[in-house]
Amino acid sequence: MAESKQSAETTDVQKKIRAAFEAFDYELNNTVNVREIGTIIYSLGCFPSQKDLHDFIAKVEEDHTECIHLDKFLPAMTKVLLEHKFPPIPEDTLLQAFEVLDKEKKGYLEPEELTKYMTQEGESFTQEEMDEMLTALADREKNCIYYKDIISQLTIDPDK
Amino acid sequence: MPPARCDPLLPVCEPGTSLPIIMGCGTSVATETQGKRVETGVAGLQWSAQSVAGSKDGTVKTPTPALTMKAAVLIQRWYRRYVARLEMRRRYTWNIFQSIEYAGEQDQLQLSSFFSFMLDNFTQLNGNGPDLISQLLDPVVDPWLDRETCYNLIPVPESYTGPRLSFPLSISDTNALLSAFKEQQALHARYVLQLLYETKKLLKQMPNIIHLSTSYTKEITICGDLHGRLDDLLLIFYKNGLPSAETPYVFNGDFVDRGKKSIEVVILLFAYLLLYPDYMHLNRGNHEDHIMNLRYGFTKEVMQKYKTHGREILQLFQDIFSLLPVATVIDGKILIVHGGISDQTDLDFLSSIDRHKVKSALRFPRRSLEQLDLGQSCRQAKRMRSTDSSRPSSSRSHSKNQRTPNLRKRRCGLSRQDSAASTSSSSSSSSSSSSLCSPRTPSCLSPRPCPSSPSMPYNINVLQVPFLDSLSSVPPPLPPQHEREWKQIVDILWSDPKTQEGCSPNTFRGGGCYFGPDVTQRLLLQHGLQLLIRSHECKQEGYELCHGGQVITIFSASNYYEEGSNRGAYIKVGRELVPRFYQYQVSRTTRKLTLTQRVRAAEGSALKALKEKLFSHRTELMAGFQQHDQNNTGNVSVSEWAQVLESVLRLDLPWRTLRPHLTRLAADGSVEYQSCFEDMEAGIPLPQVTPNLADTLFRYRTDIEIIFNIIDKDHSGLISTEEFRHTWRLFSAHLGVDIDDRAIDDLARSIDFNKDGSIDFTEFLEAFRVVHKLDNKDQQLNGKIDGEKYS
Repeated sequence: MAESKQSAETTDVQKKIRAAFEAFDYELNNTVNVREIGTIIYSLGCFPSQKDLHDFIAKVEEDHTECIHLDKFLPAMTKVLLEHKFPPIPEDTLLQAFEVLDKEKKGYLEPEELTKYMTQEGESFTQEEMDEMLTALADREKNCIYYKDIISQLTIDPDK
Repeated sequence: MPPARCDPLLPVCEPGTSLPIIMGCGTSVATETQGKRVETGVAGLQWSAQSVAGSKDGTVKTPTPALTMKAAVLIQRWYRRYVARLEMRRRYTWNIFQSIEYAGEQDQLQLSSFFSFMLDNFTQLNGNGPDLISQLLDPVVDPWLDRETCYNLIPVPESYTGPRLSFPLSISDTNALLSAFKEQQALHARYVLQLLYETKKLLKQMPNIIHLSTSYTKEITICGDLHGRLDDLLLIFYKNGLPSAETPYVFNGDFVDRGKKSIEVVILLFAYLLLYPDYMHLNRGNHEDHIMNLRYGFTKEVMQKYKTHGREILQLFQDIFSLLPVATVIDGKILIVHGGISDQTDLDFLSSIDRHKVKSALRFPRRSLEQLDLGQSCRQAKRMRSTDSSRPSSSRSHSKNQRTPNLRKRRCGLSRQDSAASTSSSSSSSSSSSSLCSPRTPSCLSPRPCPSSPSMPYNINVLQVPFLDSLSSVPPPLPPQHEREWKQIVDILWSDPKTQEGCSPNTFRGGGCYFGPDVTQRLLLQHGLQLLIRSHECKQEGYELCHGGQVITIFSASNYYEEGSNRGAYIKVGRELVPRFYQYQVSRTTRKLTLTQRVRAAEGSALKALKEKLFSHRTELMAGFQQHDQNNTGNVSVSEWAQVLESVLRLDLPWRTLRPHLTRLAADGSVEYQSCFEDMEAGIPLPQVTPNLADTLFRYRTDIEIIFNIIDKDHSGLISTEEFRHTWRLFSAHLGVDIDDRAIDDLARSIDFNKDGSIDFTEFLEAFRVVHKLDNKDQQLNGKIDGEKYS
């Protein structure tokens, strides 16, 4: 019983993985480019660190070809999901994180502040990521980031 | 092993990487990261509470660096996840557009193959001679012969305010054209004809392969598909300069179709070609093809813009397209072709053939039809693989000796019923036939006589014609030379690169090849080339490299699928032959759209297109759902739902992922399958017609319209009784049914509902309804079905 339940869960998880993988399998040959792996893993609801990603890719990449084959990806990713290896970060911590950065408790962040933290701290953003983030998140008129208002935008799960 | 818990906000990095600061906040971090580190959230609350408390004191404590970094990491991860989700949605959207686009190409190939088949096989069957049928599809005179040029006789009225060209063209003429087109002005038919006539004269002197050298010029600019996007062309000219000795251009095909300004684009290109034949170079694309133009809009655009002289203009275009060079080579090192190559591609052979003989890649030499058929079968096999389905792979096994009953895989949902219903007819042609435009629903195929026109007892079957599958029995009498020439050109115009080795039929598009890196390598080596530049595929960034950088795709129509869907790009190469890329995006709004907005806009229209597909296959889909729903609950499981969609539509899309956008779930998690037709139904302007007919006509409208346009040889928008008579004779010859002229005239009269002596498109559509015995004759089709739906 438990076993069949387990395998049903595995099947379901594998279907999801396969669907996400195939979205990037441009040539329908069961491979994706290594640079898409992050997107695939994140889109499956995981929150890997950059190092997690590197480690994961090192495990599944075919001899530095930049190609990831489904045959390797599927079992590895199934394991990740079933063992909750890169579990989601709870949503409420996101607000807290913004509050930490908002040192003067203004209720918002200046683009310069956010840029400083995002590009110099932690898993630094590239300039391109930063530009896109500001375009997407900054209030157009006031040109600052009202973080309370954007949290739902960041955390919304359109598939649920 | 239970997952180890640790602070979710601990940044994760290796000792010695970008964050030395981390060492200060706890040595444990580094060791955690080595192995089993798992983040979960709870512990984060504590420090947060601290920091909030700090602010209450009024003393703004600066959070420790560690805390700041934790916060930054957390936001970064959430944001990356957010972007990843958007990217995933963008990918799905892209796949929807591409699947539907390529499905359209397959449709067109199928339809054309039918006419090719008719042309090749039934010209001798009745006494009417070959001219009857060949004229139907191929009214082309040899393009080497000059058509009668009567543009001199066309008066240009005083009131005409557009540009007046004088030949030979000068810069002032091209400038006048540029500013006129920017101002939405049209060029008078008289000048269009003269310009085309001059272009044709020039192109006749051109070789198949143009050789350019960078030694005479600084840099050469190479542009990809434009597809009637005048804005993109103008933007390229604005950014990069107008064509001139200093700024030579190669335009790599697909100038026309899809976009609304194909004629403006192609006239500008031809004008510069005439002005600077040494600095302006045009390669043929797969859309420089009069049969493709029937489906993808160029024919329609010309007829709408030039009501009186449209037909002559189209004929000249048809000649010119077949006279366009097919390849350009820069410094003997860079090969530029529209699609790509195959393992058969031989540039020496290619340069020796009479390119104008290939008027359309869609006019198959007979034997090549078998190859196409093979390709189709492989496509299905491939799809089987990619969906890992347990469906029996029937097609591959009988691809050689036994033809696939229905090559249109996306229409296979009914092939079972199809054959069951049609095997009653005994002739060999119909046993493997599928109907061209007839609905594939069992009720429509039932051989009942049509009461509305008793003089034609066989009219039920009149439109049932064989597709490629029946052609296997046709002996291949064509000289292989002709076929090889045809294939050389088709491979150049239609192929796409792939990452695996080898060369295989281009199953997704239905024409050309997929060529692997080894094929590229071999061709480059053989001819001493370094690089292949091709277009033909839309790329998000406007360009893409593959085959280890030996193949570049360049695509110059930005926003091709939808506003924001992709950038356009062009390439510049100088003497050092290192390509440089320039990207751009035409934008209607000045404000930069965020990724979210771009994705949403594209997603919306992709889903709308998909919904239309669903609706147009409603009958088949419902039949499929009901098989899984024996108790009529109206619900099926998600996987059953996905399975039915894929088996009917064959679009190879991630249905489970798209499901939330297409249909509702019941409380128990199953799919309320009726709901996937809901939005569409409201928008369909055919309220009184039976659903069966509505979705059938909806689905085949494009096909029917193309047939109409082919029958309507003079593109007048009306089919004369004479034109109609020819067509039906053709059908009856094919079916071996004896229909006398009187019966045909009767039929023509019965279709001509308003009795004005000719048949317009609405009446033509209506005829299908009558022929397929959808009884309520009073329900006039209102012809409002949006013709743009599929284009």
